[in-house]
Amino acid sequence: MAANLPEQVGKEAVLVKGWWRANKWLLLRRTSQLLVIVIFLTGPLLGEGYWIAKGNLTSSLTFDILPLTDPYVLLQSFFAGHEIISQALIGAVIVTVFYFLVGGRVFCSWVCPVNVVTDAADGLRRKYKIKGGARFSRDLRYWILAMTLIVAAVTGSIVWEFINPVSILHRSIIFGFGYAGLVILAIFLFDLLLSRQGWCGHLCPVGAFYSLLGRISLVRVSAPNRESCDDCMDCFMVCPEKQVIKPALKGADKGIGPVITDMNCTNCGRCIDVCAKDVFKFSNRFNNDTLLNESKKEEVAP
Amino acid sequence: MLKHQLSRRRFIVDTARAASGVALLGVGLGLYTKEAKSLPAYALRPPGVENEDDFLAACIRCGLCVRDCPYDILKLSELAEPVALGTPYFEARKIPCEMCEDIPCVVACPTGALDKELTNIDDARMGLAVIVDQETCLNYLGLRCDVCHRICPLINEAITLEPRHNQRSGKHTIFIPVVHSDKCTGCGKCERGCVLEEAAIKVLPLKLAKGELGHHYRLGWEEKEKAGKSLVTPDKEHKYNLPEGLKYEHEGEGLMKDSR
Repeated sequence: MAANLPEQVGKEAVLVKGWWRANKWLLLRRTSQLLVIVIFLTGPLLGEGYWIAKGNLTSSLTFDILPLTDPYVLLQSFFAGHEIISQALIGAVIVTVFYFLVGGRVFCSWVCPVNVVTDAADGLRRKYKIKGGARFSRDLRYWILAMTLIVAAVTGSIVWEFINPVSILHRSIIFGFGYAGLVILAIFLFDLLLSRQGWCGHLCPVGAFYSLLGRISLVRVSAPNRESCDDCMDCFMVCPEKQVIKPALKGADKGIGPVITDMNCTNCGRCIDVCAKDVFKFSNRFNNDTLLNESKKEEVAP
Repeated sequence: MLKHQLSRRRFIVDTARAASGVALLGVGLGLYTKEAKSLPAYALRPPGVENEDDFLAACIRCGLCVRDCPYDILKLSELAEPVALGTPYFEARKIPCEMCEDIPCVVACPTGALDKELTNIDDARMGLAVIVDQETCLNYLGLRCDVCHRICPLINEAITLEPRHNQRSGKHTIFIPVVHSDKCTGCGKCERGCVLEEAAIKVLPLKLAKGELGHHYRLGWEEKEKAGKSLVTPDKEHKYNLPEGLKYEHEGEGLMKDSR
């Protein structure tokens, strides 16, 4: 079967699996992203007594007991020469352990509000067949990550927070919007017209940091049913980091297991949604034995 | 050229591209940060900030101090404001610090950007009140406004009224408000309370508000007290050439008729 057209992505899955199963993970993700904002807004909007979480994504206190701190911003603070105190460290350790288990870039696809903006740009690119644009290495984000730490050390300030669109957007929604819309518009247009997934997939050092955090994370998307793949290309078309899919999906001949082990897979689950053949599912990284899969097949075959 | 030579060449060029592009961004960001460190004089930091440099290394802009301020005094700087983006500040003339005894903003701060060692709010130094305009201050004009003095949480300690002779009228007293930097916390109540259209007393950052003596300077009267005696020529009682029947009383009475 030939590849589907970009604007047709996901249509087949809806026909075969029904609307809910063809959009389940996307909807869960949007719900999660919305909740991350809502829990910070109950207090300011409903008043005293309705607080769920205080603060924002860089550091927060939920139900007056659960401290969470972004380990990346804390690392920058450390490079800037500030002594880390236990209050922040406890929060950062909790966050680190969480993403270490569920996948670092789960932050990007399940929590970060900028993801909604860049996904929208990507969706419009497909819909209006906007192709091409600037091409640059996906590794650029790691260079930027290193740069933010070096400049923090040189200037003695947490410099990335002066321009970080992730925290600008989240903080602005919670504490007052101001001109934040302009920054978000810039990111949107950049992704829409200049480069596909240019921000989240190439430049953002926050995502780069979290990818390193989840380098060997437990929860992973897997393609256990990869022999059913009919090359419709829907998963490649929707995937924000499409380079991560190929080894797992097409690597059976080379002895590569079906689990997507690339640290830049965001565990967004959109490939699971759009696949009409149910090739993908959430799994864990230890469920990656090719031989095991082959033997299972043999059991079923006779 | 051989294939591996080509790919090596490409690798080097690609790496150089990435490095120089990112370095350019880094230089821009670093220079911008230098500029962003200059906090405008009207913006006051919450209690527990000693200097702006250390604060910008520590503040992660989470807003927990803003949330725990019971009087909603603090706000986070937004884009296009001249205060470092996302950091908390307040403006004394709009709404001053209430100086809570339990200092909830400092307790809430997860990183220690607001120094945890500050446990007594009277030790806070958010700025220093300064009479910036003697020409319009009502007390300087000879009235008994006294609002800054009365409203000060550390009345008679941080702001005292010093009587001076009113040379204009020749018979009245001017009560000059004097701010004492060893007590003033910079809470801003005086600036908020000033009855003028534009406050004549303003809380300024310490580095703007304070002078500093040369390190070799010694105050004679303090040294004398420390030593218990004069360190230069010993004080002698002054001898007056007075007309017959008069004497000078050194204990404060002044010129007296000699009753002897």
